[in-house]
Amino acid sequence: MTNTEESTPSPEIFEEYAILSVRDLSRICAVDERHILELVHEGVLNVVDTDSPEWRFTGAALRRARLALRLERDLEINLAGVALALELIEELEQLRRRARHGL
Amino acid sequence: MEFKDYYKVMGVARDATEAQIKQAYRKLARKYHPDVSKEKDAEARFKEVGEAYEVLRTPEKRAAYDQLGPNYAAGQEFRPPPDWGAGFETGGSRQGRSSHSDFFDALFGAAGRGGPQQSEDHHAKVMLDLEASLNGGSRTFTLRVPEIDDGHLVLKERVLNVKVPKGILAGQTIRLAGQGASFSEDGKPGDLYIEVDFQPHPLYKADGRDLYLELPVTPWEAALGATVKTPTPGGTVDLKIPPGSRAGAKLRLKGRGIPASPPGDLYVVLQIALPPAADDRAKAAYQAMAAAMPFNPRAQLGV
Repeated sequence: MTNTEESTPSPEIFEEYAILSVRDLSRICAVDERHILELVHEGVLNVVDTDSPEWRFTGAALRRARLALRLERDLEINLAGVALALELIEELEQLRRRARHGL
Repeated sequence: MEFKDYYKVMGVARDATEAQIKQAYRKLARKYHPDVSKEKDAEARFKEVGEAYEVLRTPEKRAAYDQLGPNYAAGQEFRPPPDWGAGFETGGSRQGRSSHSDFFDALFGAAGRGGPQQSEDHHAKVMLDLEASLNGGSRTFTLRVPEIDDGHLVLKERVLNVKVPKGILAGQTIRLAGQGASFSEDGKPGDLYIEVDFQPHPLYKADGRDLYLELPVTPWEAALGATVKTPTPGGTVDLKIPPGSRAGAKLRLKGRGIPASPPGDLYVVLQIALPPAADDRAKAAYQAMAAAMPFNPRAQLGV
């Protein structure tokens, strides 16, 4: 398996087809489900359809959840701090983009 | 291998308290965390700081490290002493950190890496050329993935040939089912999640699904209007420059950005290139222009 080239079937873009449950996110991010629920309560992750009995997320939630968990672990900050950091990061990205393209 | 001065990395004294070490770590982590930092080499610095913190925050590891004494300087050639590790519990640590330096591995071994991750799903990040998204096609990636070898967690290189989905954007993910790690003998392997980012492209800058291209035009093309050739990802097209265009003007070519769904746009940003006044004829032409149209571009500055 090592160092030999392996071919993969044609994958699609994860964000475009994936619908994830709390359990999916918890498995892929290697944290317990309670932790994913906390991310939702803190407003870090958005649920696709809040009326549905079981929460569902788009594929884009995976990257956001992983980013939030990295910040929480590496910077030793609580989830409220993570939520704030994420908002500021997004605002910063938007400003940088505007500055770059003179919008 | 090179000796690493973890105290120097953290910027603390050798007799720093746990609280001082924690404080130094948090400050450095905020400064160099790859998700928030724009510092150069942020990722390398962050790893270095994380490794230093992992050693200095764990009393057993710190004691073992201190045993080496102040005889070594950072960067000095280092070989662990033969009686190294006797009487210290250096295994076990928090999860999620990986790719330590050789120095760390020599001192604390693979066991110090924190044991296997619970998840068999694996995450990787790759830099992709923009063409792979524009046209689709296969790309070869070399990934370092954790594997269990004789009960130890080791990082192995895996060469994967991946068919890149056409229209993928920076920050999006390719999921390869069953390509993750397998930590148990008969266990089903997890999935591999590959997050993509783009390498800088010589012509186009990607912003989400849109592309930006800087197109130089002459002063007369900008002033009088013209039809000029411009590259687009789909091939050269004739682009109409409206009369009176200014530098920095953006012309939008709808649907000629990244072929996502919906496709992005291509923004052509005009740059006005001045021909050099290289010979007498060129100089005369500039002088004739100055005479024919007196123009003060600094009028708004009040001078």
